[in-house]
Amino acid sequence: MASRRQAGAADPAGQRELLSAGDVARTVARIAHQIIEKTALDTADPGAAGVVLLGVPTRGAPLAGRLAARIAEFSGVTVDTGTLDITLYRDDLRKRPNRPLEPSSLPSGGIDDKLVVLVDDVLFSGRTVRAALDALRDQGRPRAVQLAVLVDRGHRELPIRADYVGKNVPTSRREEVAVRLSEIDGADSVVLRRSEEVR
Amino acid sequence: MRHLLTTEGLDAASATAVLDTADSLKQTLLGREVRKLPTLRGRTVMTMFYENSTRTRVSFEVAGKWMSADVINVSASASSVGKGESLRDTALTLSAAGADCVILRHPASGAAHRLAGWLDEAGTQVVNAGDGMHEHPTQALLDAATLRERLGDLGGRRIAVVGDLLHSRVARSNVHLLRTLGAEVVLVAPPTLVPQGIEHWGARVSHELDPELPGLDAVMLLRVQAERMHGGFFPSAREYSIAYGLNERRMAKLPEHAVVLHPGPMLRGMEIASAVADSPRAAITEQVRNGVHVRMAVLYHLLAGEEIAA
Repeated sequence: MASRRQAGAADPAGQRELLSAGDVARTVARIAHQIIEKTALDTADPGAAGVVLLGVPTRGAPLAGRLAARIAEFSGVTVDTGTLDITLYRDDLRKRPNRPLEPSSLPSGGIDDKLVVLVDDVLFSGRTVRAALDALRDQGRPRAVQLAVLVDRGHRELPIRADYVGKNVPTSRREEVAVRLSEIDGADSVVLRRSEEVR
Repeated sequence: MRHLLTTEGLDAASATAVLDTADSLKQTLLGREVRKLPTLRGRTVMTMFYENSTRTRVSFEVAGKWMSADVINVSASASSVGKGESLRDTALTLSAAGADCVILRHPASGAAHRLAGWLDEAGTQVVNAGDGMHEHPTQALLDAATLRERLGDLGGRRIAVVGDLLHSRVARSNVHLLRTLGAEVVLVAPPTLVPQGIEHWGARVSHELDPELPGLDAVMLLRVQAERMHGGFFPSAREYSIAYGLNERRMAKLPEHAVVLHPGPMLRGMEIASAVADSPRAAITEQVRNGVHVRMAVLYHLLAGEEIAA
């Protein structure tokens, strides 16, 4: 059943736009500022050095790239970026059809003693982040790990929270949050829609 | 995938998915200190080898262990097989003891198919690690992975498979897979080592190696399987080597980019000259290395996805 609990421009297909292309750009810029502030990466403090942004494929990867570009623009500091595929670390592999693996690429300097910021598009159950933490553990020992997400939609199933959140969105489990990014989908937007598959 | 028994009938999409997964796994594990993924934790893989093997058994064992599966090796010589137990009973025992997947190497063609039929009901999956003179699908997959790495897309490439076609399961698996991936295959062997029905393989047969060499993108040499030969298939080892062995003179006739493959174990001086085997054109150690990643990919595609109703 339709559950349009929030007044918004819901179109006939039951979709509601949460972020426009302009909103996505502003949100990414804001998170970039927050990362600069929280990690103090533009100060001379030697302990603040060594920030690595790791995007979780698919859409975390371009987001990490965009954040790095904004951070360079605002602070003049170039941070390393990479991608971390977590498919092999998922705890629901046996519940779903087989999925293809995505590429992983870590910066050449590795992640030992770095401040790793995991970047993903949507924070939901927290299981992806748990898998990412396990994957990180096999890759090295970061000094600290933080989490940046474009959208936090709630419904956590694990004690995990994000350090940087673009937008908090109350959702129903019957809805899904679709993030579209120009690098992959041709245009930027975040849409809330009813899910065909009830979890 | 339910079982992996042959490359015949394996469609291009499934084969490419396995090869892509193998590439990703290779890249994921590259330069890592901890070569261990938790993906198949709690799954049990049993290898059942009724024939001698070093690389295939070790490769499957390493693949399973790197994916965190529990791997148990059963060799026919050290099991109840020696007491006269049938293949079916041994397999049902392994299945009842908790095998999620059985990897079978057997001297009888079709053994893996029979096993799959018996174990299907129990939900145990079967991988054919070589059945008699029939198929050896993971070898073909690792050969394709190695060729893709060296040559890129295999569409339109011309690959020769040279040697003992009659006794070779590697040849049959390779011909099916390479053709599925769009390559053209030329089979080169003396008339006595060509199996019946080869005209249905969809590959051109030639009895002379030299004229083929300049047009090849890769040449795959097969071991002369003396243990399966009960009769005179060629006058002498020396004569075979002169007519079909890949020596330095022949290697010079290959195009610059052409790759030399051998599934191993190789007989240096017989089908391949030592200098050729050790040259940078040969991808023989890469084949072994890729074998682990390909077998990891096969186990991933068989065991990691949604449980298929038995």
